Amino acid sequence: MPEGYAINWTVVVLAAAVGVLAVAFMFAVAALMAPRRPSAAKAMPYESGIPPAPYPWAQLSIRYYIFAIFFLVFDVEAVFLFPWAMVFLKSAPPVFYEMLIFIGVLLFGIVYGWRKGALRWR
Amino acid sequence: MIGREVALAAAGLVALFVGLSVVVLSLVWLERKFLGRLQGRIGPMRVGPFGLLQPVADAVKLILKEDVVPAWADKGLFWIAPILMFVPSFMVWVTIPFSRDLVIRNLDMGLFYFIAVSVVSVVGLVMAGWSSASKYAILGGLRSAAQLVSYEIPVIMAVLGVVMLAGSMNLLTVVDKQASVPYILVQPLGLAVFLIAGVAEVGRTPFDIYPAESEIVGGPFVEYSGAHWAIFFLAEYINTFVVALLVTLLFLGGWQWPHLPGVWAPVVVLVKTYLVVMVIFWFRATFPRLRIDQLMAFGWQVLIPLSFVNIVLTGIQLYYRWPSWSLSLMSLGIILAMAYWQYRTQTAPAQALARSYSQRAYSQRRGA
Repeated sequence: MPEGYAINWTVVVLAAAVGVLAVAFMFAVAALMAPRRPSAAKAMPYESGIPPAPYPWAQLSIRYYIFAIFFLVFDVEAVFLFPWAMVFLKSAPPVFYEMLIFIGVLLFGIVYGWRKGALRWR
Repeated sequence: MIGREVALAAAGLVALFVGLSVVVLSLVWLERKFLGRLQGRIGPMRVGPFGLLQPVADAVKLILKEDVVPAWADKGLFWIAPILMFVPSFMVWVTIPFSRDLVIRNLDMGLFYFIAVSVVSVVGLVMAGWSSASKYAILGGLRSAAQLVSYEIPVIMAVLGVVMLAGSMNLLTVVDKQASVPYILVQPLGLAVFLIAGVAEVGRTPFDIYPAESEIVGGPFVEYSGAHWAIFFLAEYINTFVVALLVTLLFLGGWQWPHLPGVWAPVVVLVKTYLVVMVIFWFRATFPRLRIDQLMAFGWQVLIPLSFVNIVLTGIQLYYRWPSWSLSLMSLGIILAMAYWQYRTQTAPAQALARSYSQRAYSQRRGA
Protein backbone atom coordinates (compact mmCIF):
# COMPACT_ATOMS: atom_id res chain seq x y z
CA MET A 1 0.00 0.00 0.00
CA PRO A 2 2.77 2.57 0.76
CA GLU A 3 3.88 2.33 -2.86
CA GLY A 4 0.35 3.10 -4.05
CA TYR A 5 0.23 6.12 -1.78
CA ALA A 6 3.59 7.32 -3.06
CA ILE A 7 2.37 7.12 -6.66
CA ASN A 8 -0.97 8.78 -5.81
CA TRP A 9 0.53 11.80 -4.12
CA THR A 10 3.32 12.08 -6.68
CA VAL A 11 0.62 12.32 -9.31
CA VAL A 12 -1.22 14.97 -7.30
CA VAL A 13 1.93 17.08 -7.08
CA LEU A 14 2.50 16.43 -10.76
CA ALA A 15 -1.00 17.70 -11.53
CA ALA A 16 -0.21 20.95 -9.73
CA ALA A 17 3.01 21.22 -11.74
CA VAL A 18 1.23 20.58 -15.05
CA GLY A 19 -1.37 23.19 -14.13
CA VAL A 20 1.28 25.80 -13.33
CA LEU A 21 3.20 24.94 -16.51
CA ALA A 22 0.07 25.24 -18.65
CA VAL A 23 -0.64 28.69 -17.23
CA ALA A 24 3.00 29.69 -17.65
CA PHE A 25 2.84 28.55 -21.26
CA MET A 26 -0.20 30.71 -21.92
CA PHE A 27 1.44 33.69 -20.24
CA ALA A 28 4.58 33.14 -22.31
CA VAL A 29 2.64 32.99 -25.58
CA ALA A 30 0.73 36.12 -24.60
CA ALA A 31 3.94 37.93 -23.61
CA LEU A 32 5.44 37.12 -27.01
CA MET A 33 2.41 38.02 -29.11
CA ALA A 34 0.44 40.67 -27.23
CA PRO A 35 1.21 44.34 -27.80
CA ARG A 36 2.67 46.35 -24.89
CA ARG A 37 2.14 50.10 -24.89
CA PRO A 38 1.92 51.20 -21.26
CA SER A 39 0.65 54.64 -20.36
CA ALA A 40 -0.12 56.35 -17.07
CA ALA A 41 -3.84 56.62 -17.81
CA LYS A 42 -4.08 52.96 -18.73
CA ALA A 43 -2.40 51.87 -15.52
CA MET A 44 -4.87 53.72 -13.31
CA PRO A 45 -7.33 51.50 -11.42
CA TYR A 46 -10.69 51.47 -13.16
CA GLU A 47 -13.38 53.08 -11.07
CA SER A 48 -15.94 53.94 -13.72
CA GLY A 49 -14.00 56.90 -15.08
CA ILE A 50 -13.75 58.88 -11.86
CA PRO A 51 -10.12 59.50 -10.79
CA PRO A 52 -9.62 57.05 -7.90
CA ALA A 53 -9.05 58.23 -4.34
CA PRO A 54 -5.50 57.51 -3.22
CA TYR A 55 -5.79 54.66 -0.72
CA PRO A 56 -7.84 51.69 -1.92
CA TRP A 57 -7.33 49.37 1.06
CA ALA A 58 -9.79 51.21 3.26
CA GLN A 59 -11.37 49.89 6.43
CA LEU A 60 -13.92 47.18 5.72
CA SER A 61 -17.06 45.96 7.39
CA ILE A 62 -16.77 43.40 10.21
CA ARG A 63 -19.53 41.20 8.78
CA TYR A 64 -17.13 39.37 6.46
CA TYR A 65 -15.15 38.38 9.54
CA ILE A 66 -18.20 36.98 11.32
CA PHE A 67 -19.02 34.70 8.40
CA ALA A 68 -15.41 33.56 8.20
CA ILE A 69 -15.58 32.47 11.85
CA PHE A 70 -18.85 30.61 11.25
CA PHE A 71 -17.24 28.85 8.31
CA LEU A 72 -14.24 27.81 10.38
CA VAL A 73 -16.51 26.10 12.94
CA PHE A 74 -18.39 24.14 10.29
CA ASP A 75 -15.36 23.27 8.24
CA VAL A 76 -13.52 21.80 11.22
CA GLU A 77 -16.65 19.85 12.00
CA ALA A 78 -16.61 18.38 8.47
CA VAL A 79 -13.22 16.88 9.25
CA PHE A 80 -14.88 14.90 12.07
CA LEU A 81 -17.95 13.98 10.04
CA PHE A 82 -16.16 12.31 7.13
CA PRO A 83 -14.42 9.54 9.10
CA TRP A 84 -17.65 9.03 11.02
CA ALA A 85 -19.63 8.60 7.79
CA MET A 86 -17.28 5.82 6.76
CA VAL A 87 -17.55 3.75 9.96
CA PHE A 88 -20.81 4.53 11.75
CA LEU A 89 -22.62 1.47 10.35
CA LYS A 90 -19.85 -0.89 11.46
CA SER A 91 -19.21 0.48 14.96
CA ALA A 92 -20.95 0.29 18.32
CA PRO A 93 -24.26 2.16 18.79
CA PRO A 94 -22.82 5.06 20.85
CA VAL A 95 -20.86 6.24 17.78
CA PHE A 96 -24.07 6.98 15.91
CA TYR A 97 -25.81 8.76 18.79
CA GLU A 98 -22.73 10.76 19.70
CA MET A 99 -22.61 12.24 16.22
CA LEU A 100 -26.32 13.07 16.38
CA ILE A 101 -25.64 14.97 19.61
CA PHE A 102 -22.68 16.71 17.98
CA ILE A 103 -24.79 17.80 15.01
CA GLY A 104 -27.49 18.90 17.44
CA VAL A 105 -25.00 21.14 19.26
CA LEU A 106 -23.91 22.66 15.94
CA LEU A 107 -27.48 23.28 14.85
CA PHE A 108 -28.12 24.93 18.22
CA GLY A 109 -25.17 27.19 17.42
CA ILE A 110 -26.75 28.17 14.10
CA VAL A 111 -30.12 28.83 15.71
CA TYR A 112 -28.45 30.92 18.42
CA GLY A 113 -26.57 32.97 15.84
CA TRP A 114 -29.77 33.33 13.84
CA ARG A 115 -31.73 34.62 16.85
CA LYS A 116 -28.91 37.00 17.73
CA GLY A 117 -29.00 38.36 14.17
CA ALA A 118 -25.44 37.31 13.36
CA LEU A 119 -26.59 35.59 10.17
CA ARG A 120 -28.33 38.68 8.86
CA TRP A 121 -26.41 40.76 6.31
CA ARG A 122 -26.66 44.40 7.34
CA MET B 1 7.43 0.36 -11.89
CA ILE B 2 6.69 3.60 -10.05
CA GLY B 3 8.40 5.56 -12.79
CA ARG B 4 6.22 3.98 -15.45
CA GLU B 5 2.98 4.68 -13.59
CA VAL B 6 3.98 8.28 -12.95
CA ALA B 7 4.98 8.79 -16.58
CA LEU B 8 1.62 7.36 -17.64
CA ALA B 9 -0.16 9.72 -15.28
CA ALA B 10 1.86 12.67 -16.62
CA ALA B 11 0.83 11.83 -20.18
CA GLY B 12 -2.76 11.55 -18.94
CA LEU B 13 -2.55 14.98 -17.31
CA VAL B 14 -1.31 16.64 -20.49
CA ALA B 15 -4.07 14.94 -22.48
CA LEU B 16 -6.51 16.06 -19.81
CA PHE B 17 -5.44 19.69 -20.20
CA VAL B 18 -6.00 19.54 -23.96
CA GLY B 19 -9.35 17.81 -23.44
CA LEU B 20 -10.44 20.37 -20.87
CA SER B 21 -9.57 23.22 -23.24
CA VAL B 22 -11.82 21.65 -25.88
CA VAL B 23 -14.56 21.15 -23.29
CA VAL B 24 -14.34 24.80 -22.24
CA LEU B 25 -14.57 25.96 -25.88
CA SER B 26 -17.62 23.75 -26.37
CA LEU B 27 -19.19 25.07 -23.17
CA VAL B 28 -18.71 28.69 -24.23
CA TRP B 29 -20.34 27.98 -27.58
CA LEU B 30 -23.15 25.98 -25.97
CA GLU B 31 -23.84 28.67 -23.39
CA ARG B 32 -24.05 31.48 -25.92
CA LYS B 33 -26.13 29.45 -28.36
CA PHE B 34 -28.50 28.00 -25.75
CA LEU B 35 -28.89 31.32 -23.95
CA GLY B 36 -29.60 32.97 -27.29
CA ARG B 37 -32.35 30.46 -28.06
CA LEU B 38 -33.87 30.90 -24.59
CA GLN B 39 -33.98 34.65 -25.17
CA GLY B 40 -35.45 34.40 -28.67
CA ARG B 41 -32.16 35.14 -30.46
CA ILE B 42 -30.00 32.84 -32.57
CA GLY B 43 -26.68 33.44 -30.85
CA PRO B 44 -23.30 33.58 -32.61
CA MET B 45 -23.56 32.79 -36.35
CA ARG B 46 -20.70 34.56 -38.15
CA VAL B 47 -17.53 32.65 -37.32
CA GLY B 48 -17.64 29.14 -38.78
CA PRO B 49 -20.76 27.04 -39.36
CA PHE B 50 -23.38 27.80 -36.65
CA GLY B 51 -20.79 30.04 -35.02
CA LEU B 52 -18.83 27.00 -33.95
CA LEU B 53 -15.48 28.79 -34.21
CA GLN B 54 -16.64 31.78 -32.15
CA PRO B 55 -15.01 30.57 -28.89
CA VAL B 56 -11.76 29.88 -30.77
CA ALA B 57 -11.81 33.43 -32.12
CA ASP B 58 -12.50 34.72 -28.60
CA ALA B 59 -9.58 32.74 -27.18
CA VAL B 60 -7.19 34.04 -29.84
CA LYS B 61 -8.40 37.57 -29.23
CA LEU B 62 -7.83 37.24 -25.48
CA ILE B 63 -4.27 36.01 -25.93
CA LEU B 64 -3.49 38.84 -28.36
CA LYS B 65 -4.79 41.58 -26.07
CA GLU B 66 -2.46 43.71 -24.02
CA ASP B 67 -2.03 42.46 -20.45
CA VAL B 68 -2.34 45.60 -18.34
CA VAL B 69 -1.06 45.59 -14.77
CA PRO B 70 -2.44 48.58 -12.86
CA ALA B 71 0.14 50.91 -11.35
CA TRP B 72 -1.10 50.63 -7.77
CA ALA B 73 -1.52 46.87 -7.82
CA ASP B 74 0.45 44.52 -5.61
CA LYS B 75 2.23 43.07 -8.62
CA GLY B 76 3.32 39.73 -7.18
CA LEU B 77 -0.10 38.80 -5.86
CA PHE B 78 -1.71 40.16 -9.02
CA TRP B 79 0.36 37.72 -11.09
CA ILE B 80 -0.13 34.70 -8.83
CA ALA B 81 -3.90 35.05 -8.33
CA PRO B 82 -5.04 33.52 -11.66
CA ILE B 83 -2.64 30.62 -11.16
CA LEU B 84 -4.01 30.00 -7.68
CA MET B 85 -7.52 29.94 -9.10
CA PHE B 86 -6.72 27.71 -12.06
CA VAL B 87 -4.41 25.10 -10.51
CA PRO B 88 -6.93 23.74 -7.95
CA SER B 89 -9.62 23.49 -10.61
CA PHE B 90 -7.17 21.41 -12.65
CA MET B 91 -5.85 19.33 -9.73
CA VAL B 92 -9.36 18.17 -8.91
CA TRP B 93 -9.34 16.16 -12.13
CA VAL B 94 -6.72 13.72 -10.87
CA THR B 95 -9.41 11.60 -9.31
CA ILE B 96 -12.54 12.29 -11.39
CA PRO B 97 -13.40 9.27 -13.56
CA PHE B 98 -15.09 9.21 -16.97
CA SER B 99 -15.44 5.44 -16.81
CA ARG B 100 -14.07 2.56 -14.76
CA ASP B 101 -10.69 2.76 -16.52
CA LEU B 102 -10.63 6.35 -17.74
CA VAL B 103 -9.28 7.99 -14.59
CA ILE B 104 -5.80 9.28 -13.87
CA ARG B 105 -5.48 8.01 -10.29
CA ASN B 106 -8.38 6.49 -8.43
CA LEU B 107 -7.83 7.89 -4.92
CA ASP B 108 -9.55 6.16 -2.01
CA MET B 109 -10.22 9.55 -0.47
CA GLY B 110 -11.40 10.93 -3.82
CA LEU B 111 -14.33 12.99 -2.57
CA PHE B 112 -12.39 14.32 0.40
CA TYR B 113 -9.57 15.27 -1.94
CA PHE B 114 -12.03 17.08 -4.21
CA ILE B 115 -13.38 19.15 -1.32
CA ALA B 116 -9.95 19.88 0.12
CA VAL B 117 -8.46 21.03 -3.19
CA SER B 118 -11.40 22.91 -4.65
CA VAL B 119 -11.64 25.24 -1.63
CA VAL B 120 -8.21 26.68 -2.43
CA SER B 121 -9.52 28.65 -5.40
CA VAL B 122 -11.29 31.00 -2.96
CA VAL B 123 -7.83 32.24 -1.98
CA GLY B 124 -7.11 33.03 -5.62
CA LEU B 125 -10.27 35.12 -5.91
CA VAL B 126 -9.67 37.05 -2.71
CA MET B 127 -6.06 37.61 -3.74
CA ALA B 128 -7.14 38.88 -7.16
CA GLY B 129 -9.55 41.34 -5.60
CA TRP B 130 -7.19 42.52 -2.89
CA SER B 131 -4.13 42.95 -5.08
CA SER B 132 -5.93 44.91 -7.82
CA ALA B 133 -6.10 48.01 -5.58
CA SER B 134 -9.41 49.04 -7.11
CA LYS B 135 -12.39 49.53 -4.82
CA TYR B 136 -14.68 47.43 -7.00
CA ALA B 137 -12.15 44.62 -7.02
CA ILE B 138 -11.63 44.67 -3.26
CA LEU B 139 -15.37 44.61 -2.64
CA GLY B 140 -15.69 41.77 -5.14
CA GLY B 141 -12.87 39.82 -3.52
CA LEU B 142 -14.43 40.10 -0.08
CA ARG B 143 -17.86 39.22 -1.41
CA SER B 144 -16.42 36.15 -3.08
CA ALA B 145 -14.82 35.15 0.22
CA ALA B 146 -18.11 35.50 2.08
CA GLN B 147 -20.15 33.74 -0.60
CA LEU B 148 -17.86 30.83 -1.45
CA VAL B 149 -17.09 30.16 2.19
CA SER B 150 -20.80 30.08 3.06
CA TYR B 151 -21.80 27.80 0.20
CA GLU B 152 -18.86 25.47 0.74
CA ILE B 153 -20.58 23.97 3.79
CA PRO B 154 -23.72 22.75 1.95
CA VAL B 155 -21.48 21.27 -0.76
CA ILE B 156 -19.45 19.38 1.85
CA MET B 157 -22.58 18.16 3.64
CA ALA B 158 -24.30 17.02 0.44
CA VAL B 159 -21.17 15.07 -0.53
CA LEU B 160 -21.16 13.63 2.97
CA GLY B 161 -24.69 12.32 2.46
CA VAL B 162 -23.51 10.42 -0.60
CA VAL B 163 -20.47 9.12 1.29
CA MET B 164 -22.80 7.76 3.97
CA LEU B 165 -24.99 6.01 1.41
CA ALA B 166 -22.07 4.49 -0.47
CA GLY B 167 -19.91 3.85 2.59
CA SER B 168 -16.92 5.02 0.58
CA MET B 169 -15.19 8.19 -0.58
CA ASN B 170 -13.89 6.45 -3.68
CA LEU B 171 -15.70 7.79 -6.75
CA LEU B 172 -15.59 4.44 -8.57
CA THR B 173 -17.27 2.73 -5.62
CA VAL B 174 -19.85 5.51 -5.37
CA VAL B 175 -20.82 4.99 -9.01
CA ASP B 176 -20.78 1.19 -8.71
CA LYS B 177 -23.19 1.36 -5.76
CA GLN B 178 -25.70 3.13 -8.02
CA ALA B 179 -25.90 0.19 -10.42
CA SER B 180 -29.54 -0.53 -9.59
CA VAL B 181 -30.84 2.77 -8.18
CA PRO B 182 -29.17 6.15 -8.80
CA TYR B 183 -28.96 8.33 -5.70
CA ILE B 184 -31.20 11.00 -7.24
CA LEU B 185 -34.10 8.68 -6.36
CA VAL B 186 -32.78 7.84 -2.90
CA GLN B 187 -31.71 11.29 -1.84
CA PRO B 188 -33.32 14.05 -3.95
CA LEU B 189 -32.71 16.52 -1.13
CA GLY B 190 -28.97 15.91 -1.37
CA LEU B 191 -29.06 16.54 -5.12
CA ALA B 192 -31.00 19.78 -4.69
CA VAL B 193 -28.59 21.06 -2.03
CA PHE B 194 -25.52 20.01 -4.02
CA LEU B 195 -26.68 21.53 -7.31
CA ILE B 196 -27.75 24.86 -5.81
CA ALA B 197 -24.65 25.20 -3.64
CA GLY B 198 -22.45 24.03 -6.52
CA VAL B 199 -23.84 26.71 -8.82
CA ALA B 200 -23.17 29.24 -6.05
CA GLU B 201 -19.62 27.91 -5.65
CA VAL B 202 -18.81 28.64 -9.29
CA GLY B 203 -20.55 32.02 -9.09
CA ARG B 204 -23.00 31.47 -11.92
CA THR B 205 -25.95 33.68 -12.50
CA PRO B 206 -28.49 33.58 -9.74
CA PHE B 207 -25.49 33.67 -7.40
CA ASP B 208 -23.05 35.92 -9.29
CA ILE B 209 -22.76 38.36 -6.43
CA TYR B 210 -19.00 38.77 -6.57
CA PRO B 211 -18.54 39.42 -10.32
CA ALA B 212 -21.89 41.31 -10.46
CA GLU B 213 -21.38 43.48 -13.56
CA SER B 214 -24.14 45.96 -12.82
CA GLU B 215 -22.97 46.68 -9.26
CA ILE B 216 -19.23 46.19 -9.00
CA VAL B 217 -18.37 45.92 -12.72
CA GLY B 218 -16.80 42.46 -12.63
CA GLY B 219 -15.62 42.27 -9.02
CA PRO B 220 -12.19 40.68 -8.59
CA PHE B 221 -11.68 40.63 -12.37
CA VAL B 222 -12.06 44.39 -13.00
CA GLU B 223 -8.38 45.05 -13.49
CA TYR B 224 -7.54 41.85 -15.35
CA SER B 225 -7.12 41.73 -19.11
CA GLY B 226 -5.55 39.58 -21.79
CA ALA B 227 -4.01 36.25 -20.80
CA HIS B 228 -4.56 36.76 -17.05
CA TRP B 229 -8.26 37.23 -17.56
CA ALA B 230 -8.34 34.25 -19.93
CA ILE B 231 -7.04 32.03 -17.12
CA PHE B 232 -9.84 33.13 -14.79
CA PHE B 233 -12.32 32.48 -17.56
CA LEU B 234 -10.90 29.01 -18.17
CA ALA B 235 -11.01 28.16 -14.47
CA GLU B 236 -14.61 29.30 -14.17
CA TYR B 237 -15.82 27.10 -16.99
CA ILE B 238 -13.77 24.13 -15.80
CA ASN B 239 -15.35 24.53 -12.36
CA THR B 240 -18.83 24.63 -13.89
CA PHE B 241 -18.04 21.42 -15.73
CA VAL B 242 -16.71 19.81 -12.55
CA VAL B 243 -19.92 20.60 -10.70
CA ALA B 244 -22.03 19.13 -13.48
CA LEU B 245 -19.81 16.06 -13.72
CA LEU B 246 -19.99 15.50 -9.97
CA VAL B 247 -23.77 15.78 -10.06
CA THR B 248 -23.64 13.06 -12.72
CA LEU B 249 -21.29 10.82 -10.78
CA LEU B 250 -22.79 11.28 -7.32
CA PHE B 251 -26.49 11.37 -8.10
CA LEU B 252 -27.24 10.36 -11.68
CA GLY B 253 -25.41 7.05 -11.66
CA GLY B 254 -22.33 8.07 -13.64
CA TRP B 255 -21.76 5.74 -16.56
CA GLN B 256 -24.59 3.37 -15.61
CA TRP B 257 -27.28 3.01 -18.25
CA PRO B 258 -29.45 -0.06 -18.68
CA HIS B 259 -28.56 -2.45 -21.54
CA LEU B 260 -25.56 -0.51 -22.80
CA PRO B 261 -22.15 -2.17 -23.20
CA GLY B 262 -19.23 -0.77 -21.23
CA VAL B 263 -17.65 0.81 -24.30
CA TRP B 264 -20.23 3.58 -24.15
CA ALA B 265 -19.37 4.59 -20.57
CA PRO B 266 -17.57 7.90 -21.36
CA VAL B 267 -20.31 8.86 -23.82
CA VAL B 268 -23.02 8.25 -21.22
CA VAL B 269 -21.12 10.33 -18.67
CA LEU B 270 -20.61 13.17 -21.16
CA VAL B 271 -24.25 13.19 -22.29
CA LYS B 272 -25.49 13.32 -18.70
CA THR B 273 -22.95 15.98 -17.78
CA TYR B 274 -23.85 18.23 -20.71
CA LEU B 275 -27.52 17.91 -19.79
CA VAL B 276 -26.72 19.05 -16.25
CA VAL B 277 -24.60 21.89 -17.67
CA MET B 278 -27.57 22.97 -19.77
CA VAL B 279 -29.73 23.04 -16.66
CA ILE B 280 -27.15 25.35 -15.08
CA PHE B 281 -27.25 27.61 -18.17
CA TRP B 282 -31.03 27.49 -17.99
CA PHE B 283 -30.84 28.89 -14.42
CA ARG B 284 -28.95 31.80 -15.90
CA ALA B 285 -31.72 32.56 -18.37
CA THR B 286 -34.47 32.19 -15.78
CA PHE B 287 -33.47 33.72 -12.47
CA PRO B 288 -32.41 37.29 -11.69
CA ARG B 289 -29.39 37.83 -9.47
CA LEU B 290 -29.97 37.65 -5.73
CA ARG B 291 -29.12 40.57 -3.50
CA ILE B 292 -26.21 39.87 -1.17
CA ASP B 293 -28.39 39.80 1.95
CA GLN B 294 -30.75 37.34 0.23
CA LEU B 295 -27.77 35.26 -0.80
CA MET B 296 -26.35 34.99 2.71
CA ALA B 297 -29.78 34.41 4.24
CA PHE B 298 -30.52 31.66 1.74
CA GLY B 299 -27.18 29.98 2.37
CA TRP B 300 -27.20 30.07 6.17
CA GLN B 301 -30.89 29.83 6.96
CA VAL B 302 -32.07 27.46 4.22
CA LEU B 303 -29.28 25.45 2.60
CA ILE B 304 -27.12 24.70 5.65
CA PRO B 305 -29.99 23.55 7.91
CA LEU B 306 -31.34 21.53 4.96
CA SER B 307 -28.01 19.85 4.40
CA PHE B 308 -27.85 18.86 8.08
CA VAL B 309 -31.39 17.52 7.94
CA ASN B 310 -30.29 15.49 4.92
CA ILE B 311 -27.40 13.94 6.83
CA VAL B 312 -29.47 13.14 9.92
CA LEU B 313 -32.25 11.56 7.86
CA THR B 314 -29.77 9.50 5.86
CA GLY B 315 -28.06 8.40 9.06
CA ILE B 316 -31.32 7.35 10.69
CA GLN B 317 -32.50 5.48 7.60
CA LEU B 318 -29.20 3.60 7.29
CA TYR B 319 -28.78 2.94 10.99
CA TYR B 320 -32.25 1.57 11.65
CA ARG B 321 -32.27 -0.20 8.27
CA TRP B 322 -35.49 1.40 7.08
CA PRO B 323 -36.32 0.66 3.43
CA SER B 324 -34.61 3.13 1.10
CA TRP B 325 -37.87 4.46 -0.32
CA SER B 326 -38.61 5.92 3.11
CA LEU B 327 -35.59 8.19 2.67
CA SER B 328 -36.81 9.18 -0.80
CA LEU B 329 -40.21 10.11 0.59
CA MET B 330 -38.77 12.10 3.51
CA SER B 331 -36.37 13.92 1.16
CA LEU B 332 -39.10 14.80 -1.32
CA GLY B 333 -41.44 15.94 1.43
CA ILE B 334 -38.81 18.27 2.85
CA ILE B 335 -37.98 19.68 -0.59
CA LEU B 336 -41.64 20.42 -1.27
CA ALA B 337 -42.25 21.96 2.17
CA MET B 338 -39.13 24.12 1.86
CA ALA B 339 -39.99 25.21 -1.69
CA TYR B 340 -43.49 26.21 -0.59
CA TRP B 341 -42.17 28.09 2.45
CA GLN B 342 -39.59 29.92 0.35
CA TYR B 343 -42.22 30.77 -2.26
CA ARG B 344 -44.52 32.19 0.40
CA THR B 345 -41.89 34.23 2.21
CA GLN B 346 -40.12 35.51 -0.91
CA THR B 347 -43.24 36.56 -2.80
CA ALA B 348 -45.21 37.86 0.19
CA PRO B 349 -44.10 41.52 -0.11
CA ALA B 350 -44.79 41.64 -3.84
CA GLN B 351 -48.18 40.02 -3.40
CA ALA B 352 -49.15 42.41 -0.62
CA LEU B 353 -48.17 45.31 -2.87
CA ALA B 354 -50.21 43.91 -5.77
CA ARG B 355 -53.22 43.48 -3.49
CA SER B 356 -53.00 47.06 -2.23
CA TYR B 357 -52.79 48.38 -5.81
CA SER B 358 -55.77 46.39 -7.00
CA GLN B 359 -57.80 47.54 -4.00
CA ARG B 360 -56.91 51.13 -4.66
CA ALA B 361 -57.84 50.82 -8.33
CA TYR B 362 -61.15 49.24 -7.31
CA SER B 363 -62.04 51.99 -4.84
CA GLN B 364 -61.04 54.68 -7.36
CA ARG B 365 -63.34 53.20 -9.97
CA ARG B 366 -66.13 53.09 -7.44
CA GLY B 367 -65.55 56.72 -6.52
CA ALA B 368 -65.68 57.86 -10.15
